[in-house]
Amino acid sequence: MKRALSDNLILVLVLLGIIALMAGLNGVQFFSARNFQSMAFQMPELGILAMAMMITMLTAGINLSIIASANLTSIVIALLLSHFLGSQMSEAGSPGIVLLAIATGLLVSLLIGMLNGFLVSILEVSPILATLGTMILVKGVAIVLTKGYVISGFPPLIIYLGNGSLFGIPMPMVIFALCAVLLTIVLSQTCFGESIYMLGSNETASHYSGINNRKILMKTYLISGLLSGIAAIVMMSRFNSAKADYGESYLLMTVLAAVLGGTSAAGGFGKVSGLVVALLILQVVSNGLNLLRVNNFLTIAIWGFILILVMVVNYLSKEYQKMRWRA
Amino acid sequence: MKKLFSSYEAIVFLAIVILGAIITAVNPNFLSLENILDLLKSYSFVGILAIGVLFVLVSGGIDISFTATATVAMYVMAVIVNNYGGNMFTAFLIASVVGALLGMFNALLLHYFKIHSIIITIATLNIYYGLLTVFSGGKWIYSLPVWFREFAQLRVFTISNPTGGEYGLSIITVIWLALLLMAWIILRFTLIGRGIYALGGNPVSAKRVGFNILQLQLFVYGFMGWLAGIAGVVLTLLVQSVAPNSIVGKELDVLAAVVLGGASLIGGVGTLGGTVLGVLLIATMNNGMTLMRIPAFWYDVFIGLIIVISVSASAIQYKKKKSQKIAIEVE
Repeated sequence: MKRALSDNLILVLVLLGIIALMAGLNGVQFFSARNFQSMAFQMPELGILAMAMMITMLTAGINLSIIASANLTSIVIALLLSHFLGSQMSEAGSPGIVLLAIATGLLVSLLIGMLNGFLVSILEVSPILATLGTMILVKGVAIVLTKGYVISGFPPLIIYLGNGSLFGIPMPMVIFALCAVLLTIVLSQTCFGESIYMLGSNETASHYSGINNRKILMKTYLISGLLSGIAAIVMMSRFNSAKADYGESYLLMTVLAAVLGGTSAAGGFGKVSGLVVALLILQVVSNGLNLLRVNNFLTIAIWGFILILVMVVNYLSKEYQKMRWRA
Repeated sequence: MKKLFSSYEAIVFLAIVILGAIITAVNPNFLSLENILDLLKSYSFVGILAIGVLFVLVSGGIDISFTATATVAMYVMAVIVNNYGGNMFTAFLIASVVGALLGMFNALLLHYFKIHSIIITIATLNIYYGLLTVFSGGKWIYSLPVWFREFAQLRVFTISNPTGGEYGLSIITVIWLALLLMAWIILRFTLIGRGIYALGGNPVSAKRVGFNILQLQLFVYGFMGWLAGIAGVVLTLLVQSVAPNSIVGKELDVLAAVVLGGASLIGGVGTLGGTVLGVLLIATMNNGMTLMRIPAFWYDVFIGLIIVISVSASAIQYKKKKSQKIAIEVE
């Protein structure tokens, strides 16, 4: 508990430092309401995907197929909508049909999660390989379904989910917050959540303490799949289109966000709160650099440096604690 | 021969044979010498990278930064060669040094800060690629020295086909084969090679037996970087231009080929024979689809299915073996 707190403390300090730095460099522009609004619209899709990544990393796994599942989900929804609504897809469409399409899309994302879960838990394939395979397979299916083309123009209800506001709060942010709160509750308040951490720290020990490892892993990948499905809805709404290869650069970013937020790639450690702070850091950095008109690729390189820096600081602080403990 | 192919590799080999038979039945051109030599040439790039990835996987790590390393190495090479002149040897030398240094940087972070190799290489991938694109402005390099083009056309032997075109065993394929031989000797006959298997099998015992872990990791990641540098030059030879964005993003494809060949991420397992077969399976698949006129958008579905099936099969096999006896498998 104490460790998690101190890890988050470092992160919050980093966040404050970066906000101060960006504010200093950008002046008033950074603190404008419009800027915060735009950040609030950008962060959620990456944030929800990062949660999908993080929950598998807690079990010492990884899910490389999240972006592919998100794209397939949005393509399925888009195809259903265009099938039922035809050329008037972007005009109205009864809420029933839209909701049905969304539900079917989420079902698809759950099925992909189930396939991952089956490979990882029943067949005991290593998660990187299993999800590497499903990533390529799912992307392939998405390409076949669309022949590589874009599907665009969605009903107002879908557009609202990614671009509208609820009491002044952007809808994507509302969805993101809901997911974050639910995931926090699942991880910290339920027996299932506790089992995820135990399984991640020591698989053998959790097996011998009566935990059904297979069931836990299966559920983990199901949740991961569902979260990527939810991210898909936000993404398709914000882009107002669906395509087989959208957002591929997000994959590494989600790992970055999770690790930056204190999730251990070796499993067993990591909290949603840390992830949220990490996402805020990433968003402030990218937004601030964007305002400064820094080259996008330099931003990518800076993320790499930040990732290494945080890992090194974490390592050194752990070593320091060990030394003090010995003394 | 029996030792060269474990039972898993036999299955991959069989898959290639069956696939090849189907393709040949549809389009006999597949088995023509010209097509096969051409395939071996164009897959040299992936083949060379796969050797490095195998070394890293056997040592129990993972590296996905190699595409960025290859890009940086080939870009630096092209810029220096264009501005200061040189020859093929200096071109390879420059790319080798750049590649090996970038690779070893991964090993240093891995060793001194105990960061998971996938995290390090995600970070360095972004750093190398990001900085290269910033400094190069994302510009392509089209003009390369004349000797560079001439070298790419060298062949060990040349045959003319009925339509007047020429083909043969390209020097590029020979480079791949030479590197394979070298890697085979390292893995099989040197202390370093045995050390890599030991490190992947069990790092603690490897250390206790007396292997210098830092040296081994520097070698493994440096070797990966070196091969990435060579592969970068090979790609430049193949396409005769340098694009900063042409290979980053393909790292998982190479990983897939090595995994198809039976290497596992558990470490300590994996053979060069299997890796070559994995690359050949993907090459056959890709080429076969073109020859059978299957629309290209089916490609990912097939590759994805093959990977899912093959990793499942080897996982089931591993489980069976584990329950029978505990054995260390080496080539």
